[in-house]
Amino acid sequence: MSKTVVIDPITRIEGHAKISLFLDDAGEVEDARFHVVEYRGFEKFCEGRPFTEMAGITARICGICPVSHLLAAAKTGDKILAVNVPPTGEKLRRLMNLGQITQSHALSFFHLSSPDFLLGWDSDPAKRNVFGLIANDPDLARAGIRLRQFGQTVIELLGARKIHAAWAVPGGVRTPLSDDAKQWITDRLPESFDTIHTAIDLFKKLLDQFNTEVEQFGQFPSLFMSLVGDNGEWEHYGGKIRFRDSSGNIIADGLSEDNYQDYIGESVEPWSYLKFPYYKPLGYPDGIYRVGPLARLNTCDYIGTEAADRELQELRHRGGGVPTSSFLYHYARLIEILACLEKIQALMEDPDIQNPRVRSDAGINALEGIGVSEAPRGTLFHHYNVDENGLIEKVNLIIATGQNNLAMNKTIKQIAQHYIHGNEIPEGMLNRVEAGIRCFDPCLSCSTHAAGQMPLQVQLIGADGQVLNEVYRG
Amino acid sequence: MSVKTLKINGQDIAAEAGKSILQVAKEEGIPIPTLCHLEGVTDVGACRLCLVEIKGINKLLPACVTEIGEGMEVETNTPRLQEYRRMTVELLFAEGNHMCSFCVANNNCELQDAAIEVGMDHTRFDYRFPDRGMDLSHPEFAIDHNRCILCTRCVRVCDEIEGAHVWDVGQRGEQCYIISGLDQPWGEVDACTSCGKCVDACPTGAIFRQGTTTAEKLGDRAKLSFLINAREKQEWTR
Repeated sequence: MSKTVVIDPITRIEGHAKISLFLDDAGEVEDARFHVVEYRGFEKFCEGRPFTEMAGITARICGICPVSHLLAAAKTGDKILAVNVPPTGEKLRRLMNLGQITQSHALSFFHLSSPDFLLGWDSDPAKRNVFGLIANDPDLARAGIRLRQFGQTVIELLGARKIHAAWAVPGGVRTPLSDDAKQWITDRLPESFDTIHTAIDLFKKLLDQFNTEVEQFGQFPSLFMSLVGDNGEWEHYGGKIRFRDSSGNIIADGLSEDNYQDYIGESVEPWSYLKFPYYKPLGYPDGIYRVGPLARLNTCDYIGTEAADRELQELRHRGGGVPTSSFLYHYARLIEILACLEKIQALMEDPDIQNPRVRSDAGINALEGIGVSEAPRGTLFHHYNVDENGLIEKVNLIIATGQNNLAMNKTIKQIAQHYIHGNEIPEGMLNRVEAGIRCFDPCLSCSTHAAGQMPLQVQLIGADGQVLNEVYRG
Repeated sequence: MSVKTLKINGQDIAAEAGKSILQVAKEEGIPIPTLCHLEGVTDVGACRLCLVEIKGINKLLPACVTEIGEGMEVETNTPRLQEYRRMTVELLFAEGNHMCSFCVANNNCELQDAAIEVGMDHTRFDYRFPDRGMDLSHPEFAIDHNRCILCTRCVRVCDEIEGAHVWDVGQRGEQCYIISGLDQPWGEVDACTSCGKCVDACPTGAIFRQGTTTAEKLGDRAKLSFLINAREKQEWTR
């Protein structure tokens, strides 16, 4: 008799979700589904508001990556104003995004995921969290927390608050970089570099023991999508969209966000509030693609900073050219933090970084705008239609986590098929299934534009639809 | 000049006849919360936040439009008044769509200040989430009816200070809203001189400059009383 295992709620991710594992008559995992069970409706209630408010409203979608929405909304607003942002305004937006990627990746790695690697997949779930990490390795935990603080403080120094700073606006940013802020960032950089080098070295050592995880945690071919710079360099703010496949071929390049609808389709499934974007030319679900840290490192030709490029070479060497294991998202995240720190350092040395001209002004010059930026979790699109007075008529948001939806489902199926046999499920096995999701560091509040703190539920469901086993953790 | 003597909160006060209780209390440094009151324009008693108790009168009366009288005994801060004021502010919040988090007037909003002043931490009434629109047709300014508390300050400054009378109140009861011209889009009202006094007068984020983003509105309310003073006394410095 076939069965279904349900993991509900999933822990140490942002948002609410559950996993269903469907067993066949032989007790083997036949299918796995990652259900996102929250709903918010931001796209609807933004209608009728002025587009200038969108940065403030959409930043509220998420408390972890508000900057991503802020920047995407501001860039969409730039298009509606049809203005060029002053060069320093763009540099400061980039600086805030680098701070944001640093803090979010540090949170994902140190606070949420490292307890699995450092304390063990099968360790006591009550201690397998950031507090367990603090007890086990206080120096590493403190360094990780301080690295996140560095990123958060960069955001605060620019936007006057760590979370939901409504500082990026259509046309630029509100305030230039102060002397004190520049000094603080410069002073704190060396410590942040030390922390990330330690973390990368530590992870590389662990990686040698994690061959099974690398093989089983979402190791499959797919497309990768992200922004890349004009010369093929790593991008997080500007540039054009590129798709690369697992063999290293560039499938599409130089794509503009303005016609994202030509190459990205969105499908829905009745069992999740999270949509399923796919690469249109390949259809659904064959057009599966991944976004986020690993995708960015796979699509770009190089990063453009010395130390991060060295690490990128090693990642590619370990991953066999184009690394396809979702487990390597963790590794990619660390390399990206290093790249962010190097880029922040370069910005601090930029002679123009404190130029006070940071905001352009204009009226409404276009009735439609599409903005894109790289959120920590991947490419984020905002698309607004406005009336001649600038009131929003229609909003479409394509969120990074949504674009990884197909890949997340595929990842948990692969993990479950490897680790779960029969309807008795050891907790450590379920944790591996969850960890498969955590590789992607999903932000479900963003991706459904939904609310809340999240735990995880796994259900084991039989062929007759009966729930045979259920694990719930809050 | 005839003088009236009265008591406010037990304090003996002598003041010029014809003044309102609010004026006298202000002169004496006795705080009374207000929202629709604006220095320099006529009071209308729209918001009911300045209600006071007067001995011998069972009704609560608005201090801004109640003249002082001989032998009056006024109380400005009784538990009953505190309860009414808090309820008034709660009702204002429940009636409109007041989302501080991304409002242009966040941190510079008199409604927000009033909520803090009366100790409102939540509203006991269900939010009505009315379906109200915005008018962005004016090239420089915008009005968001969702954030309007119908204090009519804009109506009064436009009429009494600018002399344009662009604004008025249309409809009745819960359907009431601020209209421009003959209920036309603001941008089509010829009478508007685009002086911006209504922006400065508005206590909330209802009227603001186009393009203003979260917490960027800094209404300059003192400018209005400066204008009055300048015209009446020819004192043109601030």
